[in-house]
Amino acid sequence: MNPLDWLKRLGVTRTILAAFLLVLWIVSAVATELDLVLLFSDCLVRTGMNGILVLALVPAVRGGVGLNFGIPLGMVCGLLATVIFMNFDARGGLGLFGSIALGAALGAGAGWLYARLLEAVRGQEMMVGIYVGFGSVAGASILWLFFPVSNPELIWPLGGEGLRNTLVLDGYFKQWLDLKLAIPLGGTAFVPVGLLAFWLGLCGLVYLFFRTRVGMALSAAGANPRFAEASGIDVRSMRSLGVIISTAMGAVGIVVFSQSYGFVQLYKAPLLMAFPTVAALLIGGASVRVAKVSHVIIGTFLFQSVLTTSLPLVNALVGQAEGAQALTNLPEIARLIISNGIILYALTRKESA
Amino acid sequence: MGKLRQLALQNVVPILFTVLCVSGIIAARADISLPILANDIVTRLSRNLFLVLSLIIPVVAGMGLNFGIIVGAMCGQIGLIVVENQGASGLGAFFAAMGVSIPFSLIFGWLTGLLLNRAKGREMITGMILAFFANGIYQAVFLLMAGPVIPLHNQRILLDGGIGLAITIDLIGTGGQLDRLLRPSIPFMGLPLFIPVATFIFIALLCVALRGYLRTKSGQELRAVGQDMHVAEISGINVDRTRMRAILISTVLGGLGQIIWLSNIGTMNTFQSHEQVGPYAIAALLVGGATVAHATIWHAILGTLLFHTLFQVSPIAGQILLGSAQIGEYFREFVAYAVIGVTLALHAWRTRRS
Repeated sequence: MNPLDWLKRLGVTRTILAAFLLVLWIVSAVATELDLVLLFSDCLVRTGMNGILVLALVPAVRGGVGLNFGIPLGMVCGLLATVIFMNFDARGGLGLFGSIALGAALGAGAGWLYARLLEAVRGQEMMVGIYVGFGSVAGASILWLFFPVSNPELIWPLGGEGLRNTLVLDGYFKQWLDLKLAIPLGGTAFVPVGLLAFWLGLCGLVYLFFRTRVGMALSAAGANPRFAEASGIDVRSMRSLGVIISTAMGAVGIVVFSQSYGFVQLYKAPLLMAFPTVAALLIGGASVRVAKVSHVIIGTFLFQSVLTTSLPLVNALVGQAEGAQALTNLPEIARLIISNGIILYALTRKESA
Repeated sequence: MGKLRQLALQNVVPILFTVLCVSGIIAARADISLPILANDIVTRLSRNLFLVLSLIIPVVAGMGLNFGIIVGAMCGQIGLIVVENQGASGLGAFFAAMGVSIPFSLIFGWLTGLLLNRAKGREMITGMILAFFANGIYQAVFLLMAGPVIPLHNQRILLDGGIGLAITIDLIGTGGQLDRLLRPSIPFMGLPLFIPVATFIFIALLCVALRGYLRTKSGQELRAVGQDMHVAEISGINVDRTRMRAILISTVLGGLGQIIWLSNIGTMNTFQSHEQVGPYAIAALLVGGATVAHATIWHAILGTLLFHTLFQVSPIAGQILLGSAQIGEYFREFVAYAVIGVTLALHAWRTRRS
């Protein structure tokens, strides 16, 4: 294959981001004293940490409801499950997998309701989804204020109202997956084998699912509803199935995210998390109508690596310079522009119209 | 009786919110001083109404709720930043800020229009994401470039290092100018109720202008496009241009509205003020009974009144009913999201059925 064809297959967004990442790494290596091994380790952790959330979007796109901006609904279910298991003082693998299982179950239930709503608003799924996400985060905030917990580590020490903003996972299941089978690379750097294996394993399951009869029916329902209907597929239930899987996986995703991060962030934390998640999928090459597991893997790695690299890089470059403190905001600004720019591009592409 | 029922059904949202507001006030009557509440509501009405009104034109043109209004709000802030940088002060400075904002609103409104014309049928989500995107650009310009690249020199509005705008800027020159101009008080339950008459005159002028505009040929074209794009196209209306016009008007008005809003508050959260504007203005319009496809001046007025009354009352009511002020805050946030979400869902559901 000649290089030009190869570039074409890679696509505009992926090429730009990959080139950008390469530049960042080269600059880091040449111009700063940053520990490249540690940087690379961080990139891998962040990829695994966000990967399941990105993967969760795929079934919804396949089912034909577009980019699932309502994924915070799933996240809230995952957080609820985590809080419940922490309250029962479930630590280690039990706490982690218990939270994952309960979160997935709650997510599936919430997803079923969400799917019914989306069925009623065909054509405006993404916009309604955004507000389902916002609404569920705001609704959950009220829940956190009143949630009956007994574990003192979950509530404010001096009798404040409700659950704490951030629950510390130290001693529960902080980095439980990250450190499983981890390959140390010296210092604090490591390859989070357990985390990556869990994520890639789920990727594999989703890939295999779309090879099964049901998975194929789901894809067909999303790609061409009329044709699918004509060939005897129950389009509505297939679409619902996509939304249910997506929401349940959103719940799993946030539990894995939290264990890797070491904190459970409640209240407004998940409010805007749908947007960078969607952006990662789109950077991987997906569109409003097409999403593959490979898009998830490429997109998450590229996007998260750019974000992970740019922060220490800018700090190292600007660091001591007089009066340049404002420049430390550059990575956050870049994140806003890149992630929303890519979503805008996807929304206004001719293919999607 | 059937007629009454139909009327009630059509106005279910404003009725529901009236009930919420009134029961909130009754529940919190011991802790609420009605004259203070009245003053707050009048202030908030004068502060927000212009912004809410700026959303009407795109709805008429069939483009739905203009989440891109944040772009206009940013342009309004550009106007304020420029004027405050010059150190100008007084009513002249206030109108100068408006004058400066307009060309920016036209440029960025035009870009918004181009984008939304490419995204027919999903204008709202595109506008919303555009607002996030524009926020990134705005931060890049005013946090990274203000000072060295963009010639802003007034140390009062810059960060200590001289690069980037301060996180909050006191609007010393432009703050409160219009409100102070004519602000008589009338006695209300023993306390003076201040009414910013000049601001309300300004808002009334906009209402008259909006009504007048919708009756002109250009306004009628807007309606035609809003009702059915294809029919409008066939009858010789340039759909894209009409939609562009709607967005330009809305963006310019949004900029002016943001200047009124911030001037009333007196301080600008340089990197946050504009973000709050979109969702709350939209929720206010919807609370008044507007929908994605239908909005009038009365919806805007009633909605702003109800939404901001609820805004004032809900923390106090939450404190009394449930022993937590925090819950009131989350509740009103939830209400803002829920009212937009439910309206969007209902609209999509109705369009699907018809």
